[in-house]
Amino acid sequence: MANKWQPAASFEMLITRARLLEQLREFMAVHGVLEVETPMLVNATVSDPHIESFETAFQYPGRRNKRKLFLHTSPEYAMKKLLASGSGPIYQICRVFRDNEIGKYHNPEFTMLEWYRPGYDHHQLMGELDKLLLELNFKPAQKKTYAEVFKERTDINPHTAELTELQKKAADNGFTAQVDERSILLDFIFSHCISDNLGHECPVMIYDFPVSQSALSRIKDTDPPVAERFELFINGLEIANGFHELCDASEQKNRFVQDNLKRKKSGKPEILIDEKFIEALKHGLPPCAGVAVGTDRLLMAMNHCTDIHEVIAFPVDQA
Amino acid sequence: MGIFSTNVFKAGLKVMLDNDPCAILSNEYVKPGKGQAFNRVKLRNLKTGRVIERTFKSGDTLEGADVVDLEVQYLYNDGELWYFMNQESYEQYMAGEKAMADTALWIKGEELCTMTLWNGAPLTVSPPNFVVLEIADTDPGIRGDTATGGSKPATLETGAVVKVPLFVEKGEKIRIDTRTGEYMSRA
Repeated sequence: MANKWQPAASFEMLITRARLLEQLREFMAVHGVLEVETPMLVNATVSDPHIESFETAFQYPGRRNKRKLFLHTSPEYAMKKLLASGSGPIYQICRVFRDNEIGKYHNPEFTMLEWYRPGYDHHQLMGELDKLLLELNFKPAQKKTYAEVFKERTDINPHTAELTELQKKAADNGFTAQVDERSILLDFIFSHCISDNLGHECPVMIYDFPVSQSALSRIKDTDPPVAERFELFINGLEIANGFHELCDASEQKNRFVQDNLKRKKSGKPEILIDEKFIEALKHGLPPCAGVAVGTDRLLMAMNHCTDIHEVIAFPVDQA
Repeated sequence: MGIFSTNVFKAGLKVMLDNDPCAILSNEYVKPGKGQAFNRVKLRNLKTGRVIERTFKSGDTLEGADVVDLEVQYLYNDGELWYFMNQESYEQYMAGEKAMADTALWIKGEELCTMTLWNGAPLTVSPPNFVVLEIADTDPGIRGDTATGGSKPATLETGAVVKVPLFVEKGEKIRIDTRTGEYMSRA
């Protein structure tokens, strides 16, 4: 395998991939969304404690010190800077990079389709994503709240359940770690007891996440409060993740600080906070919704593949 | 033995889990886009043979297990213990009933077996995949009937009972697949 020089994916698949990229661009053009490009080499990288960035360095000619740069893990911050400067609806299809991720569904570099819609909330954007899926010959998507699928599959209310109940459910399903962090337990239960069953008859969009999984989404002040975030599942595979985007600069800054605290606690490097991004939010990010679609996985779902190697010409082990 | 982190877990690695030695069968990386990464690991408990599935937080560790496989020759059984010899070092090992399990049913002496040692002591003994044994007792055969199906039980010289075709007679030697306990052919 290591000596093989030929591509991992079949030519048929590479043609399907090329056709998919055309279809995505055509859809965006028809719907008036502008294609943009933002840097892959960035000064400030993602804060999410569960995502690791590749680090590199730029040598300015003639300068003594190199400048530390990262390969972006998502084009989110840069695209929001464009939105704040008045770009209107925009999309990007780009390669993103995540360290320490490899498996049947992960390659450390992968193709992301990310788009933003000023004036939309997450429900309107789910509607547009559904339209795109229909054009790719998927069935109409089903929409369910996080709490609904959780209740259906585990009989647990993810918002109100006691920590001990979550711990017991996780242990019953073979989780070995002693954890008192709600979000980790919810991630475990969701990925081991729920997500495998999602999206086999038709695509399923899960929305209104627990606040502990809010990432960069707005919090809706209901009882219980929920994060205005959604995920798309097809054939048990997470394909897309979208938000009704957080626009509040001070709340955003606070989440960066919280993420850095979590990073420090788990021995991971703290990240430099992207102050220019915070400045952009202060200037004013228009209310908007955004979604990131893993294009390799979308291709897998369209072709009933079970390994990401089937859709990538040269996965990292053959790169 | 050392400590192994989830990112070096791979099929064949021997680790300690719940105080028992286990062999890793598979390791699947599971990660939500925004959230904790996990490793869903299948292991075989080397004591019981049972396959278990456990999930670790990525980066968690397990202690390695001091487990080695040896090829040994079966010498004899003294009624309580089974004696084996390492043909290279001539060292002898004694296995009890627990380590022998069903293996005792398939060996009569001189067979080359695989012995798994844990911390230097026999944990399990596996017989050769194929053995030839004599039929000690079975119902009289139907001469010439080599075509039609049907089978009958036969007791072997080691005490094992296997299903054999109707034409096979007492005193004949037969070849058996020890992994399934099935008759293969006359030997």
